Amino acid sequence: MVSDKEAWRRSFRRDRRRKSTLVAILSTIAFAVVVWLGATHAPGWTSARETFLSGHQFRHDTPDILRGLLIDLKLLVICEPCILLLAVVIATLRTSVSPVLAPVRIGCALYVDLFRGCPMIILLYLFAEGIPSLRLHHVTNSALVWGGVAIIVSYSAYVTEVMRSGIQSVHPSQRAAARSLGLTQRQTLRLVVLPQAVRNVIPALLNDFVALQKDVGLISIVGAVADAIQTATADNDASFNFTPFVIAAILFILLAAPSGRFADYYARRALRRQQAGVVV
Amino acid sequence: MSAPVLQVRQVYKHYGDAHVLNGIDVEVDDGQAVVLIGGSGSGKSTLLRCVNLLEVVTDGEIVLEGEEITDPRVDVDAVRRRIGVVFQSYNLFPHLTALQNVSLAPRVVGKIGKAEANDRAREMLARVGLAAHADSYPDRMSGGQQQRTAIARALANEPRLLLLDEVTSALDPELVGEVLDLIGELKAQGMTILMATHEMGFAHRVADEVCFLDAGVVAESGPPEQVLDHPSNPRLQQFLSRVLRH
Repeated sequence: MVSDKEAWRRSFRRDRRRKSTLVAILSTIAFAVVVWLGATHAPGWTSARETFLSGHQFRHDTPDILRGLLIDLKLLVICEPCILLLAVVIATLRTSVSPVLAPVRIGCALYVDLFRGCPMIILLYLFAEGIPSLRLHHVTNSALVWGGVAIIVSYSAYVTEVMRSGIQSVHPSQRAAARSLGLTQRQTLRLVVLPQAVRNVIPALLNDFVALQKDVGLISIVGAVADAIQTATADNDASFNFTPFVIAAILFILLAAPSGRFADYYARRALRRQQAGVVV
Repeated sequence: MSAPVLQVRQVYKHYGDAHVLNGIDVEVDDGQAVVLIGGSGSGKSTLLRCVNLLEVVTDGEIVLEGEEITDPRVDVDAVRRRIGVVFQSYNLFPHLTALQNVSLAPRVVGKIGKAEANDRAREMLARVGLAAHADSYPDRMSGGQQQRTAIARALANEPRLLLLDEVTSALDPELVGEVLDLIGELKAQGMTILMATHEMGFAHRVADEVCFLDAGVVAESGPPEQVLDHPSNPRLQQFLSRVLRH
């Protein structure tokens, strides 16, 4: 049971929340109407609608592009774990201190400089076109496989640096505490440092994951892989209509939306845990 | 007799099933120092956080200088400007010097000029005995110096009420004295103070009233000679014997 005063406060807050929601809805509607009127009253609206939002193209091309999106999805599901694994290994090696590993550290630094510095499109050409052109024996010539490798090396170079910043964000006293318990360097890393490091950089990793969801579509430039964008390009070549690209864009956005929401949810939860109920 | 500066009336604070405050009543008169004692989890910090509006009370009301600050219509920022807070862990801004830490709020909240804010900050730092450390960064100062800077920072807005949350708990024993002496001086200069502490000797010397919190209520209160020397509540007797034994 609460006092009359508290009962009044709660009803006041409830009213205020309702008012805020109402204002938010109204302003969203007003904004949408303005955008809609702005677009539909543009001089070129009729032809633009036919070129970019053709209903016929939507019905005709969507199934093909969806099939193409499956390839992008497959690529994503295979690449992401490889990227994370590679990133953890390289970041760990880069932050090692053993003098014996000095050449490995230099190698890791080179790897990051090379693959982070090189534009991904060029990496895709070099891997997916260059390696098959060598016609090596017993090595696949699949553009899909080598394109996937290009994506993995490019992204792992970025993610390595995220992981490294995570490892370095763990306070040295944690390492000292673990070592003083008798844990070896490697046990300390695996059981104490890495779990905290990964937790610290999860928002950044999620951000890179969302970026990867659409960047797998870059494999379309290789040409031999009929992913969503490549399919859209082919449809566009056939019809001179840009609607297929809009379809592909919508599908990629839908694909990325859940990860984006999850990243928001995760950030909110982490913040809540940190401030333990503080309202500021 | 003027009205009390702070009145806490029947305040409840529940976090789900955890009932931290269960109908607490505290009053602080102008120029008084009221000391909250009690075991960990007894609600001391939560009460201070409620007074500073860092927590929304579950029920009850808090009145500052006659104005009910638990009213959802109050301007929270304006209320907080009238209350100075010092935390256990100092919470100085590490990227600013002592002077900048103290002058920040007067400059951006009080909207006074930079020169005036700096003058006032220097004055505050002199008041806490740190005039020579104005340009030091927090990590170059001892814990006691940091905490005194934090007190200067809280005073720079010229608050009506000072809230101190176990401000000496994180300090090395030999640094506790300098901070407590400073608080004693502030009280002597007329500052109104509500503080949570485990320093019973200090409470004895400086407090006008001591409140023993237990399970979210004031289980016993009164002048320090009475509460600390002749406790009647068995839980308080137990608490004091535990705190004073070592």
